[in-house]
Amino acid sequence: MKIQGYNPRDWKSHPPYRFEGYASSMKRAPLKRLVKMKQTLSEITGPLFGPETVQPGDTDLTRNAGTDGEAMGERVIIVGRVLDEDERPVPNTLIEIWQANAAGRYQHEVDQHRAPLDPNFIGAGRCMTNEQGEYRFLTVKPGPYPWLNHPNAWRPSHIHLSLFGPSFVTRLVTQFFFPGDPLIPMDPILNSVPTKSGRQRLIASYAHDVSEAEWALGYRFDVVLRGRQQTPFEGNGR
Amino acid sequence: MKQTPSQTVGPFYSLGLTQKTTNLLASDTTQGEKIRFEGCVFDGDGKPVPDAMVEIWQANAYGRYNHPDDKQERPLDPSFLGWGRSGTDKTGVFSFETVKPGSVPGPDASVQAPHINVTVFARGMLVHAYTRIYFGDEPGNETDPVLSSIKSKSRRRTLIAPREENNSKPVYRFDIRLQGENETVFFDM
Repeated sequence: MKIQGYNPRDWKSHPPYRFEGYASSMKRAPLKRLVKMKQTLSEITGPLFGPETVQPGDTDLTRNAGTDGEAMGERVIIVGRVLDEDERPVPNTLIEIWQANAAGRYQHEVDQHRAPLDPNFIGAGRCMTNEQGEYRFLTVKPGPYPWLNHPNAWRPSHIHLSLFGPSFVTRLVTQFFFPGDPLIPMDPILNSVPTKSGRQRLIASYAHDVSEAEWALGYRFDVVLRGRQQTPFEGNGR
Repeated sequence: MKQTPSQTVGPFYSLGLTQKTTNLLASDTTQGEKIRFEGCVFDGDGKPVPDAMVEIWQANAYGRYNHPDDKQERPLDPSFLGWGRSGTDKTGVFSFETVKPGSVPGPDASVQAPHINVTVFARGMLVHAYTRIYFGDEPGNETDPVLSSIKSKSRRRTLIAPREENNSKPVYRFDIRLQGENETVFFDM
């Protein structure tokens, strides 16, 4: 059987495990050299989820709390495409997102920030990309919130995304930011990305063509997953 | 196009990722030996990590992956996707109920011993880590091409889960050490 592998992780794009500015990384970063492994059948396959994974309403975070009420805050439409490194769309892949509410508070027992919870907002959603690799969410813009990394530390507004792609090695968890946020240059988590262009790629762009009159502002955030190598290699025979 | 940079799952990932139960892979009709495996995620100080998340991907009992790129003529088990996810609890513990996978083909006509592919995420981990679980009672571990590629035998042992007989089903114990003397082997693939 021929194996068509995926491109390696691009370590110029991804942060290192250990980044001094991010205190929590210090004791949780693997420090021994990673063992290089040639991809096998185990790595080029991965979970593919069916359409039943996403229920109607899962893409509308302003109304998915099961309360009949609408979340408070600045309504935003988030659209984007999931592509591979060769600009090919990644269709039918699951995207899961989670975020703070408009006041900067997560619906989570660990979050003790003195900001109000919103009974009409959970802050989680999911979506499958369509045949063109496109996705769309309706939500409210998350607020910035304080954390204990360093004195007077604040996370810029951001939304977390989790994606699978077609194989075990295309898995990605990331987060994106909103353009013009003054906290962006001070954020150690974003600054862990080693290149300026990499950091820039985590900032969504304002998309006036996505904004809907008298309703909501639009933002665009595209995601690029590891691409497929061109030449299959013989290797996984029986 | 350049890859989108990875970022940490942060402390609140359970809101988006583990609200539904996703660590039970096997149902009553799943074929193969039912097993449980569990372990603890430890940081560099040996302290349990209560906000880590572990995902697994595995072949079925016949050694076939539920994926179109696995073109082997081995049976697919329609009741078995082979994927699961478990957050860690306050004591750093994760667990899965699944079946033992069969062996799968490896490079150059070799055979890979039964294994489960593992992804580790946590607050504080800017990039997820890849590792594998092998089963302590499998003689095929001796000739497994991936295990054999790890030069240090003591490091190899970090991937082998010992089997414990429980009254209902066998339990394999697999602790993940993110850092330190017995750091788990993580792969760049």
